[in-house]
Amino acid sequence: MHIAEGFLPPAHAVAWGVASAPFVVHGARSLTREVREHPESTLLLGAAGAFTFVLSALKLPSVTGSCSHPTGTGLGAILFRPPIMAVLGTIVLLFQALLLAHGGLTTLGANVFSMAIVGPWAGYGAYRLLRRFGAPLMAGVFAGAFVADLSTYCVTSVQLALAFPDPSSGFLGALGKFGSIFAVTQIPLAISEGLLTVLVMRLLVQSSKGDLTRLGVFLSGKRNRTESEAAAR
Amino acid sequence: MKRNTKINALLLALVAALAVLPLALGLGDDKEEPFTGSDGQAETAITELEPDYEPWFSPLYEPPSGEIESALFALQAALGAGVLAYYFGLRRGRRQGEQRATQARQAEERTDSGADESATGRV
Repeated sequence: MHIAEGFLPPAHAVAWGVASAPFVVHGARSLTREVREHPESTLLLGAAGAFTFVLSALKLPSVTGSCSHPTGTGLGAILFRPPIMAVLGTIVLLFQALLLAHGGLTTLGANVFSMAIVGPWAGYGAYRLLRRFGAPLMAGVFAGAFVADLSTYCVTSVQLALAFPDPSSGFLGALGKFGSIFAVTQIPLAISEGLLTVLVMRLLVQSSKGDLTRLGVFLSGKRNRTESEAAAR
Repeated sequence: MKRNTKINALLLALVAALAVLPLALGLGDDKEEPFTGSDGQAETAITELEPDYEPWFSPLYEPPSGEIESALFALQAALGAGVLAYYFGLRRGRRQGEQRATQARQAEERTDSGADESATGRV
């Protein structure tokens, strides 16, 4: 999903940067608040960030005969809500843009928008929806991670199709082209990411019951987070 | 193996199978270059759609070779895996420490109460 450096026209690059900035600023505020109010969650925050670090470095083969990588943003979005993932995802993307020439500074806004904003929000939405209808925790976690991963790549396809519409078939033609490169390749990888996220969540349930209870992970989605926090106290 | 461990192993096996199957089934064989990155394919698609497009900015730093690039990717994965392992190791250690402390306290209470009984018995 990394749009390479310089591969978005300047107007698009600026527009995606402007669209992403408020989410990242808001996320940075939520992150500092979380760390200030719950210093004990710093470790788990680090673990969630580390999960994204590992998964976005793993390039895996897919059924389309090409390779791509998961994003790892679903886990953190489920644990800490999406705004915090906007920051953690941006850190990962910056690391890759600066050291690996993977993605880029001019395309950072667009890449942040797909991987660190839409992915976490879509995944979190899927997770909450399933939980609200009484789905078991792990079913929600799988769906959350799957949707976060796949939606990221769908957004990338849209971004590229907007910037490079097909000369004959226009935006939709280009969307089909980029979608077949990104989204189809991503389906099995999104399943892998779902399974890995379930694995990590299972380990967390064993090792960090206290933190998960405070974050409201065990409550089904009928209450909002402040209520669940109050209940946990 | 405990049931929990079995499920975890099964999850890992499924992920491994999903990664290996495309290779084992030779799903990339019909391509000129099998299993290239989708990001690179998107770049090719862009140049097909707009042959005149020139990237207007180039990376500030580019790994000089594929080897250096893979080293940096491995570093990224290793950093992440290291932090995750630290987290789970620390949690496990703390839990064991707590268990031991409770056990020690219970054992102490038992000997204390035993001593009390023998003391009252003597009086």
